[in-house]
Amino acid sequence: MAVVSAGAAQDSSSSAAEGREGGTPAIETRELRKQFGRIVALTGLTMTVRRGEVFGFLGPNGAGKTTAVKLLLGLSRPSAGEGRVLGAPIGDLATRQRIGYLPELFRYQGWMTAREVLALHCELARLPRSGWPAALDEALGLVGLADRSNDRVETFSKGMQQRLGLGVALLGQPELVVLDEPTSALDPVGRQDVREIIRSLRDRGVTVFLNSHLLTEVERVCDRVAIVDKGRVVAELAMSEVRRESGVGIRAAGLDPAAIELAGQYGPARFDGEWLTVDGIAEDRVPALVAQLVAAGAAIHAVVPSRPTLEERFLALLGAEEPTRPPEPAGSREDDP
Amino acid sequence: MSSLQSIAIVARLTLREAVRRRLLWALVGLTILIVVLTWWAFSRIAEASPVIGPTQVLGISQILVMLAFMFSFVLAMTAVFAASPAIGPEIESGLLLAMLARPLRRTEVLLGRWLGLASLLIVYALVAGYLEIGAVALATGYVAADPTAAPPYLAAETLVLLTLALTFSTRIASVAGGAVAVVAYGLAWMAGVMGGVGEAFNNDLLRTAGTATRLILPSDVLWRGAAGALSPTTDVLSASGVNAAIYKFSPFSGAAPSPEWLLWCILWIAGVLACGSFLLRRREL
Repeated sequence: MAVVSAGAAQDSSSSAAEGREGGTPAIETRELRKQFGRIVALTGLTMTVRRGEVFGFLGPNGAGKTTAVKLLLGLSRPSAGEGRVLGAPIGDLATRQRIGYLPELFRYQGWMTAREVLALHCELARLPRSGWPAALDEALGLVGLADRSNDRVETFSKGMQQRLGLGVALLGQPELVVLDEPTSALDPVGRQDVREIIRSLRDRGVTVFLNSHLLTEVERVCDRVAIVDKGRVVAELAMSEVRRESGVGIRAAGLDPAAIELAGQYGPARFDGEWLTVDGIAEDRVPALVAQLVAAGAAIHAVVPSRPTLEERFLALLGAEEPTRPPEPAGSREDDP
Repeated sequence: MSSLQSIAIVARLTLREAVRRRLLWALVGLTILIVVLTWWAFSRIAEASPVIGPTQVLGISQILVMLAFMFSFVLAMTAVFAASPAIGPEIESGLLLAMLARPLRRTEVLLGRWLGLASLLIVYALVAGYLEIGAVALATGYVAADPTAAPPYLAAETLVLLTLALTFSTRIASVAGGAVAVVAYGLAWMAGVMGGVGEAFNNDLLRTAGTATRLILPSDVLWRGAAGALSPTTDVLSASGVNAAIYKFSPFSGAAPSPEWLLWCILWIAGVLACGSFLLRRREL
């Protein structure tokens, strides 16, 4: 891998021609480090994001997520390590033309209209002027701002500004879209819209790098996630594997220790006095377990399939205690606040 | 897209903002008001004391130079207030973050900002300056030694302050940067006066201090150029009994800067902008 060394200029203008090869990963970093004085924001970020996938980037507050995003976009200079984005060294000017970015904390020129902001970014992104009207209409339509396109941004609510930011990020059909907390100011309808947009981007083969603390959002749209803590990736998970991990929750009365031990033969089991939870049990073995429990004298009130949420995996990986709660039916969880 | 195009995009954006935020219209309105008031005031002065002899001409010239000094102060303040929030607050608000994720260098943002504000201030200084001088000539008939040279010197002085405040805005909070720029401007003028005193009394220490200050911040060099251009001719001075050699040490007198000083002003602006570019590139967003 040809790489850029630490301290390379963030305004590097080397050719990105090689980066246009589809075979290279969308993002590839190796021991990327960022230090602010004595504070280490990123210890050594090593990860690979494949082309065309929706990649979730998770971590607790202060884990270095936004710092990592800024390094990838050339907005900050690495203290050490190396990385490539769309095949070009991080910070490459020409490559930025192929990246859409929604910052976490941002503001657009309040004195401009939404259409003017988008036009400015068309100009900055070097899009051919003839294509601007179509690009503006498409972006405004996608984010639901078509009827407010000629209003000044300073009259927009935070949620509408976030929609505009998303529209700016989608301009010019980028190959990589980096979204830093894209739904933080949105209502449930807005979040649903963002999920749809992300899915449509994936369908078009666009790579999406999603930095979010809303784990249920990430769980619903991402193909893979990286969990970062203390400036380092502590785990990479394929969401298909997380979804495959099944379990069952059985609301039962009259369970004695022998019955709980019996359930333990099907998978790790725990009983909180009301719910018996068995992890890792295959669905086709659940009827046999229930039959054995009934034979052992238990009264079964409910059987609910469950699977560990991304949040549970996240907390377990970060060493935090899982909250005690009854199992939830798969697919019925509410969004994080 | 070349760097020049990127700079032009940011410069156009800066000018559009000045128009939309009504800065341009405020300047136009104030200019019209000041020019009308100037014409009215000088007409009253000429009415009370008709400009018929060298003494009256000298008096008018001194009022004009004082007016020019106040105008240069207004220009300096305009430059500082326009430039101080031009970079730093836009970084802190996240406005630049979204723009710099595009193929746009930080240096191009700085130069674009400078070019946009400089264009506005130059036009304002020239138009307002010539209208002021014209209003005085219309009201009193007074024509200074080199009236056409004064507004360009004032515009150049404004560029010096603009460059200083813009560079400060890359690293210092806008209020602090603006305050420092204003104080530096005042100190430079005072040091220029002290340097003149050093010249008059042949005091090497004061003369050297004046020169050193002008090297650090050459705004006073350009102000002296404007003051010299608006001063009366040596004929008027001698006719009114003023020794031209003594007059040149007055705080409101001056002389055209030498080509070396003009070159230094250009190098100073380029150097300070380079410094601003370095500071901005090193800043964490």
